[in-house]
Amino acid sequence: MPIPSFRPFFVLLSFSLLGLFLPGHAHAQENPYIVAYDHYLEEPGNLEIEYFSTFGTQRAGNDFHAFWMEFEYGATAWWTTEFYVEGQTTFGDSTLFTGFRFENRFRVLKREHFINPVLYVEYEYKSGADKILKEGEGHDVESDFLTPNAEARKEHINEIELKLLLSSTLKGWNFVENTLAAKNLSNSPWEFGYALGASRPLALKASSKRCSFCRQNFIAGAEMYGGLGDRHSFGLRETSHYFAPVVAWNLPSDWTLRLSAGFGLNDNSHRFLLRWGVSREIPGFGSMVSRMFEGHR
Amino acid sequence: MRTYLASLAATVAILSVSVALAQREKPPAYKYHKDALVYAELAKAPQKARAKRNPLERDPDAVAAGRNLFEQHCTECHGDLAEGGRKGPSLMVEQVQTAEPGAIFWILTNGVVWRGMPVWSKLPEPQRWQLVSYIKSLGVAATDPGAVPPPKSPSNSATDLPSVPR
Repeated sequence: MPIPSFRPFFVLLSFSLLGLFLPGHAHAQENPYIVAYDHYLEEPGNLEIEYFSTFGTQRAGNDFHAFWMEFEYGATAWWTTEFYVEGQTTFGDSTLFTGFRFENRFRVLKREHFINPVLYVEYEYKSGADKILKEGEGHDVESDFLTPNAEARKEHINEIELKLLLSSTLKGWNFVENTLAAKNLSNSPWEFGYALGASRPLALKASSKRCSFCRQNFIAGAEMYGGLGDRHSFGLRETSHYFAPVVAWNLPSDWTLRLSAGFGLNDNSHRFLLRWGVSREIPGFGSMVSRMFEGHR
Repeated sequence: MRTYLASLAATVAILSVSVALAQREKPPAYKYHKDALVYAELAKAPQKARAKRNPLERDPDAVAAGRNLFEQHCTECHGDLAEGGRKGPSLMVEQVQTAEPGAIFWILTNGVVWRGMPVWSKLPEPQRWQLVSYIKSLGVAATDPGAVPPPKSPSNSATDLPSVPR
């Protein structure tokens, strides 16, 4: 049964983009990673709306542009819940909705330690035409993307993804190590993957003036991610890997812009992935929703 | 199509429950109790952390930079003037203003995660010290209009925390 490529997705996308312009005041201090995760969760009651794009090159086929929206909500200081909708355009082929994801991250330890673990649980319902490359897993390789959209969308995937996110902060640097295990709920073996990252603000002290171009607003770093095979053939054989310098610009007007240029590290990888994202944090979203249902007191 | 809609409905339901759980209105006594528990965390800072001196103590820009950081990251919970808000306690109280700078820095670094305050170690150390400089510059408020006195109860001594529904 194919995932319907229906218009409501694009309506939701448009409204979400409008949501980015809601008034608010919460300066984000986001790390620049697009694939890797650190251990910092969304502040409780805040909603972050994020839009991301990936432009990817394809050998022996058409290049593509995949895009997704994320709605990230801080349920508590130790629990962040997130909902994604995603789609893609394959040049010379078509544009379609490719599915959704529901993700939860749980902080395990009460205080900060040298290594801080966070547990990540995600459910994905997507079609075979999914191209957002939000993670590297199993034996996913570039040639998987050669299937035309009309055919790829007929395959639907129910997948559970578990990750252990480890993150450390040392002298302004942030280091992350993520490992993932994913299981297609149909009869497929567990697949594995990894993501590593390091980043640092360009200045550690804040300026006494509010400014957009101050060095402390820019965080630069790099991330590397890829697949590690599956339960039957664990390892690097027939897997894809990427290295990507990344940068985030946290604007005082609550916006964050991210840019990442990813380079495939072997012949199984896309040669180049250009990713960018824009996000906006809406503080007090939970209270706003709560007040809507409170009525008069 | 049916599976797809069912999954989408389940996802929206779980999201709504999480929003509702996180934001349900608490009685004033709960807020007082919660604030007291957050202040009590200051006392839990290890000796080594308390003994740390603010390296930006003499930096003339530290308070102004700290104020900017406070406006960007803290006012949502602690109020525009640090007088306390719906989610976070006032910082213009004796418990905070008499605390060692190292203890405040330790709270910023570690948060009070189970009581709603996230960790702020994502701000580099110098920025956390700038925040400490600003917080310490506030002083104790003459009157705290947001304060809710503990409910009087014959069984409670002056130092007891009020009992609250869990």
